[in-house]
Amino acid sequence: MALPQAKQDATEARIAALSLPEGGWAEPARREALARLRAMGLPNARDEYWKFTRPDTLVSAEAPAARVLETDETPLFDSRDRLKLVFVDGVFSAEESDDPSLEGVTIDRLAEAKDIHWAKDLYGVLEARGQDPVARPLAALNTAFATDGLLIHVTGKPSKPISLIYRHVSDTSDAILHHVIKVDAGAEATILENGPAAARFNKCMEVDLAEGGRLHHIRAQGRDHERRAATHVFARLEKESVFKSFTLSVNGAMTRNEVVVEFTGDDAVAHVAGACMGDGDFHHDDTVFVTHDAVNCESRQVFKKVLRNGATGVFQGKILVKPDAQKTDGYQISQSLLLDEDSQFLAKPELEIYADDVACSHGSTSGAIDEDGLFYLRARGVPRGTAEDLLTIAFIAEAVQEVEDESLQEDLVERVAGWLARRRG
Amino acid sequence: MLEIKNLHVKLEEEDKQILKGVDLTVEAGKVHAIMGPNGSGKSTLSYVLSGRDGYEVTDGSATLLGEDLLDMEVEERAAAGLFLAFQYPVEIPGVGNMTFLRTAVNAQRKARGQEEMSSAEFLKVIRARAKDLKIDAEMLKRPVNVGFSGGEKKRNEILQMAMLEPKMCILDETDSGLDVDAMKLVADGVNALRDEGRGFLVITHYQRLLDHIKPDVVHIMANGRIIKTGGPELALEVEQNGYADILEEVA
Ligand SMILES: Nc1ncnc2c1ncn2[C@@H]1O[C@H](COP(=O)(O)OP(=O)(O)OP(=O)(O)O)[C@@H](O)[C@H]1O
Ligand SMILES: [Mg+2]
Repeated sequence: MALPQAKQDATEARIAALSLPEGGWAEPARREALARLRAMGLPNARDEYWKFTRPDTLVSAEAPAARVLETDETPLFDSRDRLKLVFVDGVFSAEESDDPSLEGVTIDRLAEAKDIHWAKDLYGVLEARGQDPVARPLAALNTAFATDGLLIHVTGKPSKPISLIYRHVSDTSDAILHHVIKVDAGAEATILENGPAAARFNKCMEVDLAEGGRLHHIRAQGRDHERRAATHVFARLEKESVFKSFTLSVNGAMTRNEVVVEFTGDDAVAHVAGACMGDGDFHHDDTVFVTHDAVNCESRQVFKKVLRNGATGVFQGKILVKPDAQKTDGYQISQSLLLDEDSQFLAKPELEIYADDVACSHGSTSGAIDEDGLFYLRARGVPRGTAEDLLTIAFIAEAVQEVEDESLQEDLVERVAGWLARRRG
Repeated sequence: MLEIKNLHVKLEEEDKQILKGVDLTVEAGKVHAIMGPNGSGKSTLSYVLSGRDGYEVTDGSATLLGEDLLDMEVEERAAAGLFLAFQYPVEIPGVGNMTFLRTAVNAQRKARGQEEMSSAEFLKVIRARAKDLKIDAEMLKRPVNVGFSGGEKKRNEILQMAMLEPKMCILDETDSGLDVDAMKLVADGVNALRDEGRGFLVITHYQRLLDHIKPDVVHIMANGRIIKTGGPELALEVEQNGYADILEEVA
């Protein structure tokens, strides 16, 4: 079916502003992705999947400028022992990064990976699988045009987390990064991501988990007020594998985080969680699609949003249970704490179930701060602001608890508490 | 200590007058009890004194140690030394009891210009106080009042009181829902805090609590007013005869 002219024009305008990296093993995958992109067209306000989030600033040929936040706070995870891999406005910086040799993992740079790389079987492959039944054109654009990224092969149990740090230095940077993570059978790693990355950031991460493999993914999206981001995670889980992903977002004018999970092996577990706090000109969209196509798998989606001063939060979450995916345990909850009447939370929770022996539940709520709780805390002498902060942290706690490592949970909560205290001055 | 004069209170949202001229003075070092039929306004009085939203003071005054209570924010009243043990303690999921109490203790200290308590010191004190009230360490780690039994919630109120060391303690039916042993624990907790510089206002329906916490003065509240004031014998009279005689007597 031909695309509407306006959509086709917008797509071509964006493509014209980019250049497809040529040569090497990834080129065929890039060309296929470009063809996919042309067939789908970039999203516009009329697309059902973009009903709650305006895609215009994410798809425009030129990225809207975003000022770099001046802050003296130490970046999250800084105190941890970790393998640091730094990107500056979307370009890998070997200078600022650690030597990437670490036992149990091999790491190559997408831009440099020599011919016939293991990632050839994955690059763009999981993304392409994730295009059905819902199109994700920004991910296809990413596969076609990504200029950098990491190919991370987890072969054992690396002793420390692999920490991707995204620095934003130019007001007009427009970065496209694509990572591929392959976790071998029985291997286990933790990936940390933090920082605003660029004025506009398009990131795609493909994760392939072999039998019994485990990946923990904890990310904190940068606080730069004007930054924009469209990210995709595509995870495929083989038998008994575990994938746990948590995202903390504070500020940012526009964020669309899509997570696409596919269970292909039995007895696997995937938890996708997020907490975001938005103030004012803030739009944050979590779009999750979990496909159960294997027996006895467990999926959880836990999302919490704290919104004030006209901020908008969106959650679109779907659990699709295919006919043979018996004994599926699917859970989904999305909740918002609206700190004033100007803010809004838009949720579209969906279940589509074709198997009969499953336990799936979902819920979505929106509410103000608990006045009784607030009074109780204040009656004990806790000042209103601190009391509100305590209740806010309590609200997001359920999502933070999805992070397995308790010391990381503490880091995240401490950081949130710091931000809340700071905003009250 | 606490001086309430001609206090008139109506609901903010409705045209409903609840307190219709309450006069009450609690002196330092004394224990006053308030008894009275359901719906007479006892809890309302305690909420208005502690600053809960939803009520409008239409006349009268309330001062704590000479300071105008009604003019202060909720947390300022607490820092000034007012404490209310809630009739229905509030559950706060996600906020640990220990974190809550440490935040509260230090916020009050800060408001009074005192030094904050160190974690170690705080732990030491709270462990001792919790032990006196037979509150186990596990309960301290749990979220505030979540999953606590009725009696545990009430004991937790007294623990908070013991930690905060307020000057004026209002206990709203702290005895309801307590078994006989727990009542004794709570009463011991209150008695341990009794001293020259502290006043108590104990709201209760039963003489039993007053057997343990001997009041100096007993007031009867009905229909938004204190209609009779007397000594401990007044509570015994209520226990034996109910309120009918007293209500008739003043009518
Ligand atoms: N927020 C409110 N909205 C409506 N009515 C209220 C409210 N607060 C108090 N009232 C009414 O005011 C009256 C006094 O209530 P209050 O709770 O103070 O009584 P009480 O003496 O504590 O009773 P009890 O012994 O049952 O605890 C009752 O009729 C009650 O229904
Ligand atoms: Mg009452």
